[in-house]
Amino acid sequence: MMTKNNPEFRLPRIGKAQISLLERLSNACAVSGDEGEVRKIVMEQVKPYADDVKVDALGNVLVTRRGKGVPRLKVMLAAHMDEVGMMITVDEDDGIYRFEVVGGIDAWKLVGKPILIGKDHVPGVIGFKPIHLTDADERKKPVSLDNLRIDTGPVTGKVKVGDRATFATRFIQLGPSLRGKALDDRLGIATLIELVRTAPPQIDLQAAFTVQEENGLRGARVASYAFDPDLAIVLDSTPAYDQPTWDDTENTSYNTRLGAGPAIYVADGATLSDPRLVQHLVQTAEAYDIPYQIRQPGSGGTDAGAIHKQRAGIPSISISVPGRYHHSPAALARLSDWQHTLTLVAAALLQLKPDFLTTQER
Amino acid sequence: MIEFLPFLKNLLSASGLSGYETAVRPQIEQAWAPLTDQLSISRLGSLHGLCRGNAAEPRPSILLSAHMDAIGLMVTAIVEGYLRVTSIGGIDARVLPGQLVTVHGREDLPGVVASPERRLLPKHVTEGAVPLEYLLIDTGRLPAEVEKLVRIGDLVSFAQEPFETVGETLVGHSLDNRASVAVVTVCLDELKNRPHAWDVWAVASVQEEVSLGGAFTSGYQLRPSLAVAVDVTFANGPGSPSHKTFPMGKGPTLVWGPNVHPALFKAFKELAERLEIPYTLEVAPRHTGTDGFALQVVGEGIPNLVMGIPLRYMHTPVEMVSLKDITRAGRLLAEFIAQLDEHFMEKIMWED
Repeated sequence: MMTKNNPEFRLPRIGKAQISLLERLSNACAVSGDEGEVRKIVMEQVKPYADDVKVDALGNVLVTRRGKGVPRLKVMLAAHMDEVGMMITVDEDDGIYRFEVVGGIDAWKLVGKPILIGKDHVPGVIGFKPIHLTDADERKKPVSLDNLRIDTGPVTGKVKVGDRATFATRFIQLGPSLRGKALDDRLGIATLIELVRTAPPQIDLQAAFTVQEENGLRGARVASYAFDPDLAIVLDSTPAYDQPTWDDTENTSYNTRLGAGPAIYVADGATLSDPRLVQHLVQTAEAYDIPYQIRQPGSGGTDAGAIHKQRAGIPSISISVPGRYHHSPAALARLSDWQHTLTLVAAALLQLKPDFLTTQER
Repeated sequence: MIEFLPFLKNLLSASGLSGYETAVRPQIEQAWAPLTDQLSISRLGSLHGLCRGNAAEPRPSILLSAHMDAIGLMVTAIVEGYLRVTSIGGIDARVLPGQLVTVHGREDLPGVVASPERRLLPKHVTEGAVPLEYLLIDTGRLPAEVEKLVRIGDLVSFAQEPFETVGETLVGHSLDNRASVAVVTVCLDELKNRPHAWDVWAVASVQEEVSLGGAFTSGYQLRPSLAVAVDVTFANGPGSPSHKTFPMGKGPTLVWGPNVHPALFKAFKELAERLEIPYTLEVAPRHTGTDGFALQVVGEGIPNLVMGIPLRYMHTPVEMVSLKDITRAGRLLAEFIAQLDEHFMEKIMWED
């Protein structure tokens, strides 16, 4: 039975400062491969607390915060800075552009949305054919990316081929919920920043703010090689498909549910979580009375998919703040789930003993 | 000259769905009050502004109609804190997923339109577009709070804030037809310093998107000698067939077809050419889908013109209009009114 040792260590809380940092992170534009805006915020936030900070060849921010005493576990925490978005591919003149999506965005989510393009955040729209010029059959058809264009109004030279674009949605708090673009994975980034600030003393914390997760977990792969950690915990935001069914039968395929606490991964499409880490997170949650849920095993993946296969193998797990409508203009998450995720990971780190991997059965 | 852009942006931030125009009318009243001699509100809620002419009474009059109502949604059911909705006016449901909206309950609640996972929908919608009846609105509030704050029949409007683009266009919801309300306002502003013989009735009409109820009733009540319906029309742009659309930024369109009196069309066309105000000919072989369709058949009939402001992405929250087209249309209307004399109606005749 786990005991809440080290009672003087205070678990971090989410207050106004943390929410306003999440707001800045959500509003920043950082499509995979162009994470600079988020990287800048991360650097500014972590520098005062880090023993070592570096930006690697791919743009990952690698932060080390060393503990005291020997031996110490090297614990890697990862959250990805990048978001899904678009890239301008063809200039069709007069402010009209063809584009491709970066990461998984369904074309139907793009219709009729305002966007921001390039480093200067040039405003534009992805329009749609007026309903008046369609017939009933056409309105039943799926939206095709080939029929969509980015439109900045009739002007040339403000946007160029290769520029990235993101949704223009601004972050807002809605009662108990938070709504904004790119909460996948700015929730993880905001959580990781808080954990760097409040790291427990008995471990070496290796925080990887990764790039290109949405483009194939590429940042995490090199970050985990560089860190060579003993174990890794990935902080992400996983979908909650917890809507009612059309005929009010039970929705048994929800992945996660908002308000049910942090989602602990046992298995997703890319990783089988290390059972010792699953058990550790579950036991910690129960000892600290933190609500949690097991993410329904299924498809999808996180940076853990790359990390666990790095070097000779790195025991890994993911934990997510559940979020609705990811990879769309406006995702929605619950503040309480974020708080519980932060508390659970902080407590789990605090409870990690140096001999964790040797005394626990694999 | 009036700063119409802040006024128009203000109108685009308001709701004012068809039948519920009270949410936007006060802002138009405020703008029109210094530009008109008299303001009144019709039985159905249309705003009537009168600018008296200087000819001897009884003076002829011209009615300028721009509808102020907007399309939107209405709550039909509340399920586990989510809202199901129907549409007010014509909305392609494919535009809705991911849109930011405001639910006008006991208090205004921001929300987002959600398209549930396919496996939560009936088998026949596993492919293609998800029909409106299966979309949900999520306010982020807990179910108990939603039950308390929202009722069936509450309105839901688009929350997209208006913004300008680098291409000197304005983007927002309800530019159909608040852009035309701005056109009429620009015209009234020009007329302030221009003597005119005729009375001018500026009308911000209601319920165009649903029944043309405002145009029918204001036309009947005011019984003008001539009427001009100002509405948006389809601009050339991505996704729209070029043979059914008109250039954006090249002036308003002047509509030709059975919904328009040919002599009035000719008078506008000649004036635009004389003043070198650019315009495009819009051929409308049938219904124009504007207030003009009602105004023409009010009472014993009214000679009618329809002027179009080219607009991209009509009936989406990112409608786009060229700012130049608004000022040009307003100026053309004002010039037309300024040259109307007591004998003008003699020109409105059939040539055969």
